Amino acid sequence: MDAFLHQLLAGLASGGIYASVALALVMIYQATHHINFAQGEMAMFSTFIAWSLIQAGLPYWAAFFATVVLSFVLAAVVEFTVIRPMHDKPALSVVVVFIGLLVIFHSLAGWLFGYTIKQFPSPFPQDAWYGSSMMSAHEVGAIFVTLLVVAALFSFFRFTPLGLAMRAAAQNAASSRLVGINVGRMLMLGWGLAGAIGAVAGMMVAPVVFLDPHMMTGVLLYAFAGALIGGIDSPLGAVLGGFLVGVLENLIGTYVVGTELKLSVALVLIVGVLIVRPAGLLGRTVVTRV
Amino acid sequence: MNTFNTTARTTLAQASAPARSGGFAPGWTATLAIVALFAIAITFVAKGFQLFQATMVLSYAIALLGLNILTGYNGQISLGHGAFYAIGAYTTAILMEHGGTPYWATVPAAAVVCLAVGYAFGRPALKLDGLYLALATFALGVAMPQLLKYKHLEAWTGGVQGIVLMKPEAPFGLPLTADQWLYLFALLVTVIMFVIAHNLLQSGTGRALRAIRDHAMAAEAMGVDNKHYKSMAFGVSAAYTGVGGALSAIAVQFVAPDSFTLFLSISLLVGIVIGGVGTLWGAIFGAVFIMFVPSLAEKVSKAAPWAIYGVVLIAIMFAMPGGVVGMLRKIQERFKTRAGAPGG
Amino acid sequence: MSSILEVRGLRAAYGATRVLQGLDLDIADGEIVALLGANGAGKTTTLRALCQAMVTTEGSISLVGQRIDGRSTEQIAKLGVGHVPDGRGTFLGLTAEENLRLGAYARPSRIGADADMERIYGYFPRLKERRAQQAGTLSGGEQQMLAIGRALMGKPRLLLLDEPSFGLAPLIVKDIFAIMRRINQEEQVSILLVEQNAKLALDLSDRAYLLETGRIVLSGPSDDIRRDDAVRRAYLGE
Repeated sequence: MDAFLHQLLAGLASGGIYASVALALVMIYQATHHINFAQGEMAMFSTFIAWSLIQAGLPYWAAFFATVVLSFVLAAVVEFTVIRPMHDKPALSVVVVFIGLLVIFHSLAGWLFGYTIKQFPSPFPQDAWYGSSMMSAHEVGAIFVTLLVVAALFSFFRFTPLGLAMRAAAQNAASSRLVGINVGRMLMLGWGLAGAIGAVAGMMVAPVVFLDPHMMTGVLLYAFAGALIGGIDSPLGAVLGGFLVGVLENLIGTYVVGTELKLSVALVLIVGVLIVRPAGLLGRTVVTRV
Repeated sequence: MNTFNTTARTTLAQASAPARSGGFAPGWTATLAIVALFAIAITFVAKGFQLFQATMVLSYAIALLGLNILTGYNGQISLGHGAFYAIGAYTTAILMEHGGTPYWATVPAAAVVCLAVGYAFGRPALKLDGLYLALATFALGVAMPQLLKYKHLEAWTGGVQGIVLMKPEAPFGLPLTADQWLYLFALLVTVIMFVIAHNLLQSGTGRALRAIRDHAMAAEAMGVDNKHYKSMAFGVSAAYTGVGGALSAIAVQFVAPDSFTLFLSISLLVGIVIGGVGTLWGAIFGAVFIMFVPSLAEKVSKAAPWAIYGVVLIAIMFAMPGGVVGMLRKIQERFKTRAGAPGG
Repeated sequence: MSSILEVRGLRAAYGATRVLQGLDLDIADGEIVALLGANGAGKTTTLRALCQAMVTTEGSISLVGQRIDGRSTEQIAKLGVGHVPDGRGTFLGLTAEENLRLGAYARPSRIGADADMERIYGYFPRLKERRAQQAGTLSGGEQQMLAIGRALMGKPRLLLLDEPSFGLAPLIVKDIFAIMRRINQEEQVSILLVEQNAKLALDLSDRAYLLETGRIVLSGPSDDIRRDDAVRRAYLGE
């Protein structure tokens, strides 16, 4: 029973990471109807930026916040320069551009920072009071940070005028312009936020799986699965889906198929959801009109 | 209701328009003859390693043909076709290593296996459109190496180390080196695959596929069984890519899980986009691109060749979305209008 | 009376398709002006052209003496043009109140936004009842009121209304048109009203223009237009 609980809690901890990345994916999807295939690599790149800042002597939290800001800016710039010009091109072209970004970020990271596996510090000391045999201090901290980020984001969207404007721009660009909203700027902001969230996710996962350019590919897959299970147009669904996938991944990996096939579990989950209920748990089924 | 009918009719009319897949029309036979001569000449002019590269180009070309059937002609985006390339390669390796099958027989075997797997994947994937399918195939592409390394399959797949193969010698004592023979064999297979594809796409099946791509609902209303055609497209596409994989296994003489990562799937996608989506000749241009540009990129930047690759990719999407074939067609159009020739 | 809107030689096209062939329009401060015409005449296109949305235009458009052609839609909204579009353009996934609050984005300043919202609830009490309801679940009439309210939240000088009667029951339409008259008087907002329902439009408006295949073929005081024989036959069914 203890072991099971431990796996469950570990699943929640990784689930938190997947939930954040899933949230970033859903934000971009809601606003643009595009899936950001490069989300994982961008997050990994951000984590490397944090690593270099820490190597250069910056204290952890300073590096953390600097990275979050830099990632925000970087993502916004990407949206403006690369994604926006493609907004009316066919789906395949857009997917290719996203793949191009994936490849560029991956390769740049390898080039600038090397492919050797690196250690990334955790801000939560191993012997902290909130750690236990059930859940390490880092796992507790990571869940806490994730929930904080998610709560902050939800509040932003719900209670601030800018958040409202962003939701509006995502739902109905034409009407948004009519009320004076600069839709392009909202898109940039949305991307910036997604980039920032990705950075946080990367910095939370790196202490556990160690930092290298391949760090986020698996995470991205799980985040996709989470976003789909929750409903690709539902932010709340994405978060719930992420946690669910984290738990499922861990339990199925430990008790059913063995840890080496965990990615295949994600694959099966993704295909399964898409077949059985593409709208996910909380999403809206879209009726295609002729 | 009126607009719906017109859309449906226009879609099918467009789909049955004279084959754009036939290539650039003027001097069609002449071009073909030149290409054929060039292809055969390579056998005797090129040296060992270059022949190997040429063989790999052919294997990629067939794989790209497969992906193009699915994406270009049927409109289903796949980001995981590397998985079928892997299955084809491993089928060949396993049959040769554990079954003692002669190399030439493994190629059709790979085709059959991939046809079945592709169809099986395509059937449930029917409900998935556009981005969702891209997502599912992305997952397939990412998960494949892990599947290939799976402990319990090690006896067959050779696990992380993979399987080593022997290069076949030229048959009947022909005065050809192994490399030359392999190249000619690949060339033969390529020609056969291209001819089949050409006929397939020209036929009613091809029209149905294109109709589904352009307006799935209209096609369905006109009596096209979408489910059947879309699954078939997936199966045939997988079969082609599997054949490419089989050839590559024989040429490289080695299969291992880490040769078939997400980046292979990405390369295949790049190949059809560069060559020209929805064209047959594009497969050749695309294959040449993915064979040689990564090494060129490495010369530009030793440390980040894929970064250059990615930049080139994005640049081409901006500047030349129709790929090489699209660009050539544009040039051809301009020649026609300048010469004042009557249209078409 | 000062000019709110001055349009000279307005041409508009969707891509290669030219829809407006050169219009001249004037709206003075405080006026209600109707733009009439059959389906396809170019009425909606005219409103879109004024907001520089979805069409490419040539010709000059001036709002309170300032040129606005060439500006972006959102800039024009902030300069005081409230557009209630064809089909209402409701933010279906947001609540009614959120829809209204969005209208405030176009205001020069947030001061008074809450007071304005209360006043708009005064015009449309039904909206107040449903303020927390998801906008997509409101009835057609309620969504129309919401769309008008949203445009008003931006404190516009000029209100553009695209077929407000469309798809609504006659009683609701009567209500809405009566409220529009109040709005015109109490909020000092000039109105350009596009309507297929010529009778309603002529009853409400001071002046009218008649649009046919992208050209203005008739213009003048609404009373005169109403008595015009050709108009009576073609648009009033008399």
